Amino acid sequence: MKIETIANMSKNRIPSIGNAQIRLLESLCNASAVSGEEEKVRSIVLEQIRPLVDEIKVDALGNVLAKRFGQEKKRLRVMVTAHMDEVGMMIVADDEEGLFRFETVGGLEVSQLVGKAVWVGKNRVPGVIGAKPIHLVEQDELSQLIKLEALRIDVGPENGKKVKVGDRATFATPFIRLGPSLRAKALDDRVGVATLIELIRQPQPHLDLLAAFTVQEEVGLRGARVAAYTLDPDLAFVIDCTPARDLPDWESGGYHVEKEEIENTQYNTRLGAGPAIYIADHATLSDPRLIRHLVETAEALKIPYQIRQPGGGGTDAGAIHRQRVGVPTVSISVPGRYLHTTASIIRLEDWKNTLALIHAALSLLSPRLLRTER
Amino acid sequence: MNDLLPLLKDLISEPGLSGYESPVRKLIENAWRPLTDEIHVSRLGSLHALRKGRAPEPRPSLLLTGHMDAIGLMVTSLVDGFIRLVEVGGVDPRVLPGQLVTVHGRKDIPGVIVQPPSYLLPSEVRGVAVPLKYLLVDVGLEPAQVERLVRVGDLVSFAQTPIELGEDYLVGHTLDDRAAVGVITQCLVELQGRSLNWDLWVAATSQEEETFGGAFTSAYQLRPTLAVAIDVTFASGPGSPSHLTFPLGKGFTLGWGPNIHPKFHKAMKDLADRLEIPHKLEPMPELSGTDAYAMQVVAEGVPTMMVGIPLRYMHTPVEMVCLKDITRSGRFLADFAAQLDDKFMEKLSVYPEVVSHED
Repeated sequence: MKIETIANMSKNRIPSIGNAQIRLLESLCNASAVSGEEEKVRSIVLEQIRPLVDEIKVDALGNVLAKRFGQEKKRLRVMVTAHMDEVGMMIVADDEEGLFRFETVGGLEVSQLVGKAVWVGKNRVPGVIGAKPIHLVEQDELSQLIKLEALRIDVGPENGKKVKVGDRATFATPFIRLGPSLRAKALDDRVGVATLIELIRQPQPHLDLLAAFTVQEEVGLRGARVAAYTLDPDLAFVIDCTPARDLPDWESGGYHVEKEEIENTQYNTRLGAGPAIYIADHATLSDPRLIRHLVETAEALKIPYQIRQPGGGGTDAGAIHRQRVGVPTVSISVPGRYLHTTASIIRLEDWKNTLALIHAALSLLSPRLLRTER
Repeated sequence: MNDLLPLLKDLISEPGLSGYESPVRKLIENAWRPLTDEIHVSRLGSLHALRKGRAPEPRPSLLLTGHMDAIGLMVTSLVDGFIRLVEVGGVDPRVLPGQLVTVHGRKDIPGVIVQPPSYLLPSEVRGVAVPLKYLLVDVGLEPAQVERLVRVGDLVSFAQTPIELGEDYLVGHTLDDRAAVGVITQCLVELQGRSLNWDLWVAATSQEEETFGGAFTSAYQLRPTLAVAIDVTFASGPGSPSHLTFPLGKGFTLGWGPNIHPKFHKAMKDLADRLEIPHKLEPMPELSGTDAYAMQVVAEGVPTMMVGIPLRYMHTPVEMVCLKDITRSGRFLADFAAQLDDKFMEKLSVYPEVVSHED
């Protein structure tokens, strides 16, 4: 079958993102699931996909592994993953009177913590991370970064007994829609989780969909490693959310308008430019056949896409592609600004196009692809 | 539940940056109108309200002020759909990255303050706290939409919503000094059905965080016999030196220093002691940094006092107060206003004799 024919066929059943999907993403983002304690997101995932899949289990680390089998004879076993966990904090000491010392979990910059509201523990005790009043700050102190040792989570003198050492905390940022954008905490990688749930809703008769909602990505890709072993796929797609650093350079305007425009050339990805296909990051060299397949699919269907600038960072692909005898793997991300902060921003169009591209790429997947030389 | 809580939560849910206090002024006017005999707005935007006394004219008057203006930010330029900022009032830029804000453009737009990656910044601000001029607001809109909706000079306010921490503790932006509006409201409530000898003026002043413009002009217009600035003071908490701070929930402070009339201080302290209301002395060795600084030198001069409400994390969007401190201060000020009689000024008239706060 020609690619155009299949493209036309699959166009008719491209999964769409409407209010129901946005509401699901909202509940996923607002849930707290710091690495190692993913149960709140897991329970939403289980509720959503249980009626759709043929097999489902929660493994020893807490990954949700679900299978939806096709009906055709020779079927590829395709793993698709998104991670459920998010960066956050853990309470490490009780200073009494409702004040607690804490450590960060995952890549979280201390400069993002100061002056923010947080939710602590499973019962979401509200708290804040305050700062010394500016009136009491010495002039030379203003340029110094505030250190983690100086910060406390403060739940107020009355609620101190409701928080225990070991509790996790997240930013208390509610999900909001901003024109063409969505803003929330933990869009990395709840947008991947929501995408994978939509993919499970779409039957793919020619393949076995092996869905893995993974844990502990943010602390070393640990869930994906065992999920890939268990599922033992022929190939894998990883859905994540990658930084868009498409901000203006300080010299390119504002106070420096007279200067020649200086371009930001290290943007990683750009918001609004479509799903980001990975070629190389710190942990993975993507399988070139899968990169080609994604690019050709996008071009055939006129779905916007961008190549993520090769460089640092990493996704669950880093663990998956080295599992067992090796798994051809590629990552594809929704570009997101300000990941690992109180409020990250994605464009709704980028999410729609990411879902459309992965869905089409799965629909057009043939065993021949892996028989070509890498 | 504390009766003041709904009002306080409303007060700290409104903007009202220095010079632009109207959103919060309307709320305060609604709260005070039923509790007072007369109410008006000054030329610089302060709200004044009067509880009439019964003493013969010319009646002395007591003025209680709390400033209603908020610190925040203002738009300085637009770059590729991002917004650059300058501060209104004292803001530590280190609390800003990741802070949720509202941009008051042609309409209110939610935004977030962001710190660009360091490679986009000049080398001298890498590895240090990034100054405000390098920070941006992202409102999630296309650049053309931003250009249409936002202009240089538009205000940007903190969007942190109120947080209740148990029964008695409240967190939010601008509790400095909307907490004092709560104190004054409590005072007016306590005085319902009680008669006063003196006139009692109450004022929600404007522009304290920038120029004290409200306090200077309100005190001039109202010409009080005595004036009390109610403001927040530093509560003990993480990072704050213990010798400069006061515990939350353990009572208000009574200011002491050059901005304070020593005998006025003593009269208040004596009453607080007699009523067994917890309070602490707050040394203010030079200028008080409150409306008392301005009111003292209005016209021929006004005997001035300062009552402080301990507050944690001042000038961040997560300021914290204890509601008990607010209600107790309101009750105390009501008792103070109610006991003022025609002899009271005699207690102050011997100034300048040497007075110590320990007398």
